[in-house]
Amino acid sequence: MDFRLNEEQQMLQDTVARLVRGEYSFEKRLEYSESELGFSADFWKQLGELGLTAVPFPEELGGFGGSGVEVQSVMTELGRGLCIEPYLQSVVLGGGLISQAGNSEQQEQWLGGIASGEVRAAVGLQEPQSFYNLNDVETRAEKTGDGYTLNGRKAVVIGGHCADVLVVSARTSGDSRDADGISLFLVSSDDEGLERRTYPTIDGSKGCDLFLNNVKLGPDALLGEEGKAADVIEYQTGRAISALCGEAVGAMEVACDLTLEYLKQRKQFGVPIGKFQVLQHRMVDMMSELEQARSMAILAASVADEPQSDERRRILAAAKNVIGRSGQFISEQGIQSHGGIGMTWEYNFAHYAKRLVMINHQLGDDDFHLEHYASLLQAS
Amino acid sequence: MNLNYTAEELAFRDEVRAFLDEKLPADIAAKVKGFRRLSKEDHQRWQKILSEQGWYATHWPEEYGGVNWTPVQKHIWDEESSRYGAPRSVPFGVNMVAPVIIKFGTEEQKQRYLPRIVSGEDWWCQGYSEPGAGSDLASLKTRAVRDGDHYIVNGQKTWTTLGQHANMIFCLVRTNTEVKAQEGISFLLIDMDTPGITVRPIITLDGEHEVNEVFFEDVKVPVENLVGEEDKGWTYAKYLLTYERTGLAGIGISKAALQHLKELATRRIKNGRPLIEDASFSQRIAQVEIDLMAAAISNLRIIASVEGGGMPGAESSMLKVRGTEIRQTINDLARRAIGPYAIPFVEEEMDLDYDGDFLSDENAAPVTPQYFNNRKLSIFGGSNEIQKNIVSKMILGL
Repeated sequence: MDFRLNEEQQMLQDTVARLVRGEYSFEKRLEYSESELGFSADFWKQLGELGLTAVPFPEELGGFGGSGVEVQSVMTELGRGLCIEPYLQSVVLGGGLISQAGNSEQQEQWLGGIASGEVRAAVGLQEPQSFYNLNDVETRAEKTGDGYTLNGRKAVVIGGHCADVLVVSARTSGDSRDADGISLFLVSSDDEGLERRTYPTIDGSKGCDLFLNNVKLGPDALLGEEGKAADVIEYQTGRAISALCGEAVGAMEVACDLTLEYLKQRKQFGVPIGKFQVLQHRMVDMMSELEQARSMAILAASVADEPQSDERRRILAAAKNVIGRSGQFISEQGIQSHGGIGMTWEYNFAHYAKRLVMINHQLGDDDFHLEHYASLLQAS
Repeated sequence: MNLNYTAEELAFRDEVRAFLDEKLPADIAAKVKGFRRLSKEDHQRWQKILSEQGWYATHWPEEYGGVNWTPVQKHIWDEESSRYGAPRSVPFGVNMVAPVIIKFGTEEQKQRYLPRIVSGEDWWCQGYSEPGAGSDLASLKTRAVRDGDHYIVNGQKTWTTLGQHANMIFCLVRTNTEVKAQEGISFLLIDMDTPGITVRPIITLDGEHEVNEVFFEDVKVPVENLVGEEDKGWTYAKYLLTYERTGLAGIGISKAALQHLKELATRRIKNGRPLIEDASFSQRIAQVEIDLMAAAISNLRIIASVEGGGMPGAESSMLKVRGTEIRQTINDLARRAIGPYAIPFVEEEMDLDYDGDFLSDENAAPVTPQYFNNRKLSIFGGSNEIQKNIVSKMILGL
């Protein structure tokens, strides 16, 4: 057993860490967040130039051939820096779905650009009524001529506002919530009938809802086999959960560091407040949550690229449940430990807290994954 | 990053399984799995089997009769033996006093006591806590006054686990009242047959006799029974406590208890369906299973770091807290699983040779007593609050 990163993985993580340290001061992040793009085009470009946006793609498609561990290394540092670039959406989810399900023309058309960072992707998989169940798809794709016409709405598409290409799920057959009959389509940002309602997110990035009104697509827009996308989506979402665990662990590490630092600095009743046992124990509880989250992130990365199985499903559901709970715990207890200052926009802890709580709302919250895990419970 | 065992470790696991398949007495395993009481004879029978195999003193150096297993081998043993329902070794001799004697004892003490621990001739108990010294252990008052070739010991120890079976006790005693509390403590080995020692049972809330009070009245202890130097006992005591802490998380035991819970919940019926299929109950089980999964990986991370030459530190204190909470949650769910049958206190059904009708489930009777008994987990071995103090001191710098 060895839980350490190997030399190459460590170098990769150090590269991202250096880049984030250089580019991502708290003040700069606020600027990036308030810009029209909603993140730093320059930082994104550098991620591309350093090959970081190519990490998970197969070498023959211009990638680095990285596994879940490598992706998590990148995401951990992006999490530490509270980076708002759409790495998860474009690289892990969008690029990942095209890489997994696309034919060679589609891969050739999109993956080179996504891997270099020149093309940005996003995914529209959830809908207003779907909650976190990605099989609950009401958007319809009607066969028209040799192509398809899409109608429907996709909800909370993070990074969708600036994506060049959107991977959206739509139903080609079956009833809503059937696993069978879901298909994936590649929609270009300039396709006619596509409208976006763009908004900022509470945790500092940007997203949109997609409105698909008679969007006409050619036959080459179908990604993967018609009606058979549910497994593809589930598999790639699993990889994204592993990646998100990395981001969460990075953000939790900094949130714990900031809180500990504050307990040492802040004086009341004539002593640093860290002298009070009730705050010490709360701090230990936060660190203990972080340890559990680290353990589950490691476990998630170890199964991210394994063939699908109930064991993989269980581990990924467990991991997302744990990081959802520990992220919220660290956020809430960290704010409480800080007192009033933890409530302010101008102090960075609050932004870590917001991101950590919102991670629980991405790809299923702890209740959703607990229910999923319970459904896979083995009697023995 | 590699979460798998090596080929050698897998071979070792096979060896352990083969041994347990062949040598673990079925009646003892049935008791352990059903949370039934073990007699002194049960413990001794299993210890003899382990000693014959050479697997009793697993972490002692080989020169003293140990096998010096690696942390991973030790872990494999813990996992497998819990899974099979092997009793955990009573730790006071083999895991507690022995490491202290090996590190700080004289050659004579090693020659005398270590073989007797392996052979089972000596059953040790621990004389640490006192009525006025629990979490604040260093405030202990039991006095030892030097008188020629002896110490004269007066005072009282308490919470002495399985002291009723023991013939030896290792004690922290005060030899100096003039200095700081921690600097006047010595570590004495005392024969329980010495005149002036009285053992009285303490019956715990589940009706069990597991712990005792031990009274010392002018007890004469030869000076050669002092371990290390006089007044340096606190150092040895702390060394021992780091040994006690590792393994207190009880991951292997929790896995076995979770299995027991699932079996129970599969047999119990609610709304005409097995309880394990009930939406809210299955989620409670799922949540504790998830938490146990995370704790198990945390445990492996500590083991891997110790295997790599590191020291178990603050992480093992955090894991003690986490692990004991998980065990208590599993006990809580088992109690909930039997519903109203948690209420009857049917002691006779807890004996393995009970041959009457069972009031409800054959495994129901010990469930509630077990739940109450295991409230101790978050209190002993350094209460969970003390563990958090330790972590604060070690890594937070607060």
